[in-house]
Amino acid sequence: MSPEERASEGIFLGFQYPIEIPGVSMVNFMKTAVNEQRKHKGLEPLSSSDFLKLMREKKELVELDADLVSRSVNEGFSGGEKKRNEIFQMAMLEPKLSILDETDSGLDIDALKVVANGVNKLKSPDNASIVITHYQRLLDYIVPDFVHVLYNGKIIKSGGKELALELEEKGYDWLKKGVE
Amino acid sequence: MSLETIKTDTKERFIELYQENQDLIKNDLPDYINEVREKAFEQFKKLGIPDKKNENYKYTDLNKEFDNTYKMYLSPKNIEFQVDDIFKCDVPDLNTKVILLLNGWYYDRENLIQELPGGVIIGSFQKAAELYPDLVKKHFAKYAGFENEGLVALNTAFVKDGVFLYVPKGVVIEKPIQIINILMDDEEGLTQHRNLFILEENSQASIVVCDHTLSMPNFVTNSVSEFYIGENAQFDFSRMQNEHNGSKQVSHLYFHQERDSRVSANNISLHGGLIRNNVNVLLNGEGCENNTYGLYLTDKGQHIDNYVFIDHANPNCTSNQLFKGVLDDFATGAFNGKVLVRKDAQNTLAYQTNNNILLTDDADFNTKPQLEIYADDVKCSHGATVGQLDEDALFYLRSRGINKKEAKLLLMYAFAHDVIHKIQVPALQERIQDLVDKRLRGELSRCNNCQMHCC
Repeated sequence: MSPEERASEGIFLGFQYPIEIPGVSMVNFMKTAVNEQRKHKGLEPLSSSDFLKLMREKKELVELDADLVSRSVNEGFSGGEKKRNEIFQMAMLEPKLSILDETDSGLDIDALKVVANGVNKLKSPDNASIVITHYQRLLDYIVPDFVHVLYNGKIIKSGGKELALELEEKGYDWLKKGVE
Repeated sequence: MSLETIKTDTKERFIELYQENQDLIKNDLPDYINEVREKAFEQFKKLGIPDKKNENYKYTDLNKEFDNTYKMYLSPKNIEFQVDDIFKCDVPDLNTKVILLLNGWYYDRENLIQELPGGVIIGSFQKAAELYPDLVKKHFAKYAGFENEGLVALNTAFVKDGVFLYVPKGVVIEKPIQIINILMDDEEGLTQHRNLFILEENSQASIVVCDHTLSMPNFVTNSVSEFYIGENAQFDFSRMQNEHNGSKQVSHLYFHQERDSRVSANNISLHGGLIRNNVNVLLNGEGCENNTYGLYLTDKGQHIDNYVFIDHANPNCTSNQLFKGVLDDFATGAFNGKVLVRKDAQNTLAYQTNNNILLTDDADFNTKPQLEIYADDVKCSHGATVGQLDEDALFYLRSRGINKKEAKLLLMYAFAHDVIHKIQVPALQERIQDLVDKRLRGELSRCNNCQMHCC
């Protein structure tokens, strides 16, 4: 499947290092993306006013500054703004499965809270999020239903949120030893 | 028995044409023009048409393009043509008065010259040469030197008509004036119009030029425009080249800037078989600013060649060059930009950038950004890139559900945006944005049937 098909089928990837695309405006980018995905689902494209309304709503949800939306995609955004922008896009596209790749890397505590808050608000019985991280810190704000430990491409341990706490305390070595 | 091969050299043909038709060529222009004409002709005899051996024309063989039997008219040909049917300018904020050149001739034969409020004069070059000899004599052929440029010599030798604009001291023309060059004929033709723009001190004007072909036959254009920009005057020039694949266009722009003047020139090449733009700028006083921008979008077998020469002859001047292009299919192109900072031109700021995207392996581009600096207190930079669309950016867009074609378009559009953004007239900027969008989508490929109402 091509990346665009995967996206239209409801998979969303939150990038660890979102790329800057000078010249492509956020509005144009999101409008194209939303309408392409609607087309894939056999829906009519959103009218400009409906689209802007949706954008306003979601912008507030993830506390994204209004002026960021009027700029080019990620251009000149700080690390935190870029991550917030990822969550904003996730809110706009309403995926069934989100994969957030080290969303916490490079974030200070305040930005982390905002991003985590966004993820929590978007959580519903109809969707799922996979949050990839190395630290407990993010999981203080996003409380996981399941924790899996991935090592060399394989899940070597699964558990509930208490597994993360255990890892924080003991590190990963004891798990790695069990595998080798 | 022996057969003699008749070699009709391109240069020889023009020389013959000139000598056989001298009376007709000279009849409707005053002596002071014909004197210059004679000199230009003598020079053309020496120079001929540049071929690839000429360093400045290394990537564009013009000798080949002029080697044909296209007709050149020495008086305007009567062509049936309903202006209103084709051009209804619907860009708000543009002067509704449209100046039209048809195959290089001023179209409105009833009103060859108009005097507007404030003493502005606009109209046919030929008529202006007759009515305002003092003005024309002072500026004609003073900036477009033909000593080293065979094509300018050729144009000057055959000078007949074109556009003339005069803006007196302190006069500000608020709305942009639109000039449309139309090529339309049922036979192949060569046109060589000659424009002269004079902006006196503290004046202001902006001009939008559109080049169009409206019929199928092949055309060759060799046009020369001279711009005199007086002290503290401000001039804004935008040009859209939109001709069919059978057209070959060489244009020479000469900007002569006096102290504290500001010039902005946007060259948007949307479509055309072969386009060669020569832009020459002389910063003839302190404190001048010159911005020369270009955007070119080519595909199929099209060829684009931009040559820019900025002469920083005086201190405290600024120049910016930004040329960007997208080449598709097996299109070819070249950029040759040269900034010369003379010994006394201290505190010069000069920037030059040329970026290109090649969409296919067969597209080909040569770029040569040059700085030649003789002063020691200057800030100059130059750079050029030739590359592909950014794969990471493409993936990012696609990962949000945007299909590959659309994602590519978004990126190309973003790439072009830099240049479009420089256009000063907002309404025009919007229209060009729209045209560029259509062009990139391939909806503007049959330009001789174009329903764009020009700009």
